[in-house]
Order: sequence, then structure tokens, then C-alpha cells
Amino acid sequence: MPAYQIQEHTFDMIVVGAGGAGLRATFGLAQKGLQTACISKVFPTRSHTVAAQGGISAALGNMGEDDWRFHFYDTIKGSDWLGDQDAIEYMCREAIPAIIELEHQGVPFSRTEDGKIYQRPFGGMTTHYGKGTAQRTCAAADRTGHAILHTLYQQSLAHDARFFIEYFALDLIMDADGVCRGVLALDMAEGTLHLFRAQGVVLATGGYGRAYFSATSAHTCTGDGGGMALRAGLGLQDMEFVQFHPTGIYGAGCLITEGVRGEGGILRNSSGERFMERYAPNAKDLASRDVVSRSMTIEIREGRGVGELKDHIHLDLTHLDPKDIHEKLPGIAESARIFAGVDVEKQPIPVLPTVHYNMGGIPTNYHGEVVQLYNGNPDAVVPGLYSIGEAACVSVHGANRLGSNSLLDLVVFGRAVAERCAATIKPGATHKPLAGDACDKALANLDALRNAHGGTPTSVIRNNMQRAMQNDAAVFRTGETLAAGVKSVRDIHASFADVKVSDRSLVWNSDLVETMELQNLLGQALATIVSAENRTESRGAHAREDYPDRDDANWHKHSVCWVDEAGNTRIDYRPVHMYTLSSDVDVVPPKPRVY
Amino acid sequence: MAEFTLPKNSQIQKGQHFPAVTGAKAVRTFKVYRWNPEDGMNPRVDTYDVDLAACGPMVLDALIKIKNEIDPTLTFRRSCREGICGSCAMNIDGVNTLACTLAIEDCGKGKGEVPVYPLPHMPVIKDLVPDMTHFYAQYASIKPWLRTQTPAPPDRERLQSKEDRAKLDGLYECILCACCSTSCPSYWWNGERYLGPAVLLQAHRWIMDSRDEDTGARLDELEDPFKLYRCHTIMNCTRTCPKGLNPAKAIAEIKQLMLARRT
Repeated sequence: MPAYQIQEHTFDMIVVGAGGAGLRATFGLAQKGLQTACISKVFPTRSHTVAAQGGISAALGNMGEDDWRFHFYDTIKGSDWLGDQDAIEYMCREAIPAIIELEHQGVPFSRTEDGKIYQRPFGGMTTHYGKGTAQRTCAAADRTGHAILHTLYQQSLAHDARFFIEYFALDLIMDADGVCRGVLALDMAEGTLHLFRAQGVVLATGGYGRAYFSATSAHTCTGDGGGMALRAGLGLQDMEFVQFHPTGIYGAGCLITEGVRGEGGILRNSSGERFMERYAPNAKDLASRDVVSRSMTIEIREGRGVGELKDHIHLDLTHLDPKDIHEKLPGIAESARIFAGVDVEKQPIPVLPTVHYNMGGIPTNYHGEVVQLYNGNPDAVVPGLYSIGEAACVSVHGANRLGSNSLLDLVVFGRAVAERCAATIKPGATHKPLAGDACDKALANLDALRNAHGGTPTSVIRNNMQRAMQNDAAVFRTGETLAAGVKSVRDIHASFADVKVSDRSLVWNSDLVETMELQNLLGQALATIVSAENRTESRGAHAREDYPDRDDANWHKHSVCWVDEAGNTRIDYRPVHMYTLSSDVDVVPPKPRVY
Repeated sequence: MAEFTLPKNSQIQKGQHFPAVTGAKAVRTFKVYRWNPEDGMNPRVDTYDVDLAACGPMVLDALIKIKNEIDPTLTFRRSCREGICGSCAMNIDGVNTLACTLAIEDCGKGKGEVPVYPLPHMPVIKDLVPDMTHFYAQYASIKPWLRTQTPAPPDRERLQSKEDRAKLDGLYECILCACCSTSCPSYWWNGERYLGPAVLLQAHRWIMDSRDEDTGARLDELEDPFKLYRCHTIMNCTRTCPKGLNPAKAIAEIKQLMLARRT
């Protein structure tokens, strides 16, 4: 291995990722007087938060009665009781000040007649513990993620936060005591290596949607933080829970927001029937996403799909007032025209359940501190390591996330981690010396991939992985398909030893970066399918046809999966937090989940 | 008349030709600008014959297919593939746009070669990847955040009427792809000092926000022979914007406000 030159930087805190969570943490930390740098493989406003459409939930009550306790209950029910109730209480209570703060920072929210933030109905969001429909989702037309992400970047500029843009994080630097001491990164524009030493590293790297063939996720959603965590020997939690969004555009996979149904859009089968009335008599089209995706899949399976191949469903908004479409849903009208050739005022949009969100991720507590099972303690904190956003599993979403709770998760826990670090980390504290070989493992991995001259191009292995995950870890799962899936994903994971990188350059070597992203994806794909085979029950987004019922006696617990370099996996469990932070709300015990 | 010649190392040369796979049914040819700063060679244009029968509908799909199946060294930015992140802005078929929302069949009336170049007049890092540093610095220079003196109400949002909020439509949707600025001849010529249409659109977005209380200072900051007034209403910006926004109109409105406060 050649001697690689490494440029060293020292900061109090490093944030990896510049999406909603990463940016909120970055300027929050800077605001608290901690020397902070944010490193990101894309310019901040290119992060996939930008693609969120429908909105961000908070019980503001601008459009009718609401209470954060209703939000708390809905989120627990949405999670199919796998969410940690202390964290859910924290998120739903903090939602209100968090959204007010966003407005104060300049987010161009849509408005009500009296000038307040506009709120729309969304799936699973109710009042009085399931009795009424809540209008809880704060929206900036159907471009809420764009509006929020740009505002958070603007705030980062206002707080003069330090950015390292188009730097690809390679690996966490962990010391012999298991403390995270920094991160090694590659400056893509120059091909140089940079060691960022810090008292703490925040992984805000997003989800790994691109483990699947068809996903609403961006090409860059490759779960790089989860990949780094696995290589650092940490376990990932609840990886079997992958959310399929009911309405990805058929073929293209681009997202059509649930807000369309919130504004009155209706799903129809080949006979034009509003079939959700059969599956969810109360909530209908606004049932939880897992419920709607399963119902659509059943309709297609039973021959009631639309189109030549009867393999998708129609989302109908032709009955809506064109003025409302123009004002509230302009972005999806544009997407439907470009990607489906459809005029939404006249024709239905062809849609299909599409991979959208990873409920699983790096386990953390509600401060954003990474936790692991250690010596019998399920909540042992990994010193110096934090994770927030889709990369993390707090777990506020449990087995199924409610729409508009994701943008909320980003800002609430981005802020929480900044507050936690301000309380626990001293600005400008001296850094303990690092061992001389601290970067060796990361460098060896980089060197091997840079010079990889196997027989299988990155794109071929990636395609194999995406096809296997799409086929075998789908909306419905059986023991048989999962066993076959585990075998093929293990083989594909092993085939990475034969990967071929063609680009040998240093400057903007996207062939190399895609290969490192594939490595990150492969570990998480394997964790996902192994955890899915292991969980012999149906809960939230994990629907086993051979185990159709939820089994609280055996499975009311988080699964944690470790994957080593050779692809060996190990699974253990953490208890679900069935307690709250205050006496303002009571724990909601498990009960049947009907919409 | 004086004769100008380009420096030798900037002359674009004929590159490699990658013919389509045998049995390809619907071949379309892409001529793609290539430059690698590390190999000491001149820029070149490579020719890729792509079988559209096994390719998605958009130009980005073709570029990804080329990278996956023909030439993994081809380098370009891409992320959301749905026209909202602004990563894959480039010059395709002579027009600055997003590769992910431009259908291949809409290039050259559905026939002929599809030329693909980086955004014009930007320093190139490699292939289709331009250096955006200066563009981003100009964006930061207008202090694009809400500036107020009045403290916000402690536990509720600032109020804004629907009418006032509607004034932000057509402005806040900008994705900072730089298609407009890099299509502007005035920006090509004076890009170091002229802010260009994308950044001026954002300046206007904050001037128009009823919650912002720093309009005077924002206008002062633009009162400069270069920053604003190098717009000569050429309107390439509006013509090229892949999001259908109208930066030229925003610039005209800023100029009007400048005039109005003088009289």
C-alpha cells in the first residue's frame, strides 16, 4: 500500500451529511459555540430532504382542534407499537416549537385565511385517539422539503458554519476503547484525504433506499453512515422495516405525495372502485402507508390492477378543483406530466407502492447518542458518536413511519443533538492523541477499492443486489422468499470481493465513490433481509404471509443486526421503551391496529 | 481583422467511438464532452451509440446507462432524478437544462445526435462536472436569509396573508441549478462581478417576503454598476429555466424598485 498523505483538521464537532438533520445540527452546534464542520458528498441543497413534498407534522391546531398527545398516540399506533414511547413523546411535544422556529427562520409555508401556517390531513393523523381526522401536516404547497432544506442551508450561512462540500466520508475513526474520535474523508474534487478529528461525530447520512431497484430515493441515498457503523462493528436496529410509499409513479418511481390524498385524491382499481373503503372503512385512502401499500398489492394480485399488464393502480384527482391543484399541488402536477405524461386535471396518475423510507438504522436515544447492547445494558452509549434523521433509529417510527413525521424527526433531533453536545462537550477541549495506526483500516479499504481489478463491474453487483431486494424483501414476505433472498444477498455480498473499478484517477472519481457506496449498501441490504427472515411475525411494514399476525409475546422488541466484513451476521434484541418522559401522557399499551 | 486562436490545450478533439451492442433496436447517438485534468490530454468529444430499447426515457437515463454498461469513467453529478435537487444541470442539445427531466425524444425533434456538454463558461473539474464554487459564493453574498429587527412572537408563527405569501410563488422554487446564470452572455462576460439571474432571483425572493425587514439594505447591496445592472434583458435565463421560473422578470422588478425609491 502506498503511503497516503492525510491532511488533518480538528474541530469540536463533525457532522456528516447536509440534509435536513445534518444542517439543523450543524448550525445548532455552531450557535452553541462549538467549532463545527459539516462534510457532505453533495452540495447541501442537493440532499434528498429537498424532495420531501407533503409536509411536516405538528399539532399546531391552526385548522381545527389538535393536541400533541393525539399526535403521540397516532405515532405509536402508526409504529405498530415498536416505537420508543419516550422518544415519541419528546418528538411530538417538541414538534410545536420546532415548526414555529422554522417559520421564524423564514420557511415559506402556505397560509390559512388568517395568515397562519396551512395544515393538511395526512395518513394516520387523527384527533381524539383515532376518532376524528386531524389537519396536522404543515405545508409549503407540495414542496415542503425544498422549502425547509433551503431555509436550513440559509441559516447555516447566517451562522457562518464551516462546510466541506463534495467530501465523501470513508470511515469512522474509533479508538481501542470504542470511542469515536473522528472521521476520514475523501475530497472528491482533488482526490485528497482528510482526517477530521473531533470530540463527537454526528452521522446524518440518510437512508439506504438504493438497496432496492425501484425507490423514490435519490441515487445518493446509499446509507453511508450505516455502512460506516457496520464497519466500525456496531449493530443496526430494526432493519427489516422498509416503508413502501403507496404512490410512486409507475415506471419512474418518483414520489407523488400522500398530500394528494390529503387534499382529496382517491386510489382506484381497474373497475374505478375506491377500494380503500373495503380495507380501511374509517381512514380510507388516508390509512397508514403500510396498510395502503398492502391493499394496493392485493388489488393487483387479485387481477384488479390497471393498465395493459394490470400491474398498477390509479391515483385520481380529476374531481379536485383545478384552482386547488394549482395552489396546493403544483409540484406533483409537474412530476406527473414529465414522468407519466399525465394531465392530472383530466387523467389519473399511474402509481405503484415504491420503496421510500428506512425505519431502521443506527440505534440512538432521544438525545441522538448512539446506543448499543453492551454487557447486558441495552442503552449503553457509544462515546463520541451520534446519529440523527433517516440514518438513525431513535426509534420514533417503529415498524412504520407516518407521513410528515420524517421532516419532523430531522429538525427535532437535529436540534436535540446540538443541545446535548452543548451540555456535554467543552468548546476547544484538547484532543487526546490518536494511535499511529488509527486510519490504517480505513486506508486499506480505500486502497483495495481504488485498485480493485476483479471481473464484475460495480454496476453489475449493484443491479444484482437491487433486483434481489426488490424480489425477496417486498411488500409481502414469506419464509420461503426470504430464505431465498438471504442466500442470494449473501452471495451478492460475497461477490463484492470480485468488484472491478475502471477509473483509476483521483479527481472526481465517481466510479470509485459509487463502489464505496455499493459497499455501504451491501452491508445494509444483508442486515435488512437477514433481520426480515428472522422476525417471524407481521408488524407495520414487515408483512409475513406465513406469520400474518403481530406477536407481542415474542416479538415486541427491536432487533439489532451486526454484519462483519466477511458477511457473517448476528442478531440480538433491545427492549422497546414502554415509558414516557413525563406524566403529561400515559404509555399506550399494545392493542389491535385498525384504521 | 485580428485573428484569434484558442490555446492548444483547449481545442476540443475527436474522441473515442463506442458502437452499440449487436442486435440493438433503437440506436441514438450521444456526443459527450470529456476532459480529465490528470491525463494531460485535450478535451475531446466521445461518441456513444445507445440502444434506447433498453434505456429509460430521460437523457440522465442514457448517461447512467453509458456509465453502467459502456464507460464507467464518464463523470457527472446526479441525485434526485426528478428535477428538484439541481445536480444534473448541463448543456444538452444546445440548451442548459436538467438531464433528469429532459426526454431523449425531445432532443433534436427525436432524431440525430444528442450533444452533451457541461454548463457553459464554468471552469470544468472533469467531464460534465463544473466548478460551482463562485456561483455558491455569490449566492451567500446576498445574505439569503430572513433579516428582521422586530422580535418574532415567542410561541407562534409570524402571520402572513395568503396574498403576501403568493408573492413568493415563482421565486422560492429555485433549485440553484445555475442553468440560467450560465446561459447568460452578460454573466459569461462579467461573471466575477455580475451576480447573474439565479442569485438575483433569490435576492428578489427576500425583497418580496413580507416578513423581511431589510429591504432597504438589500437594495443598497445591489446598487452597483455590476451586481445588478449588467442584466441587459437578454432573457436567456427565462427561456432556459428547467423549473419554468422567470428570473428576467424578477430582475426587472428589482430595477423598478431601485427607480421607485429614487423618485
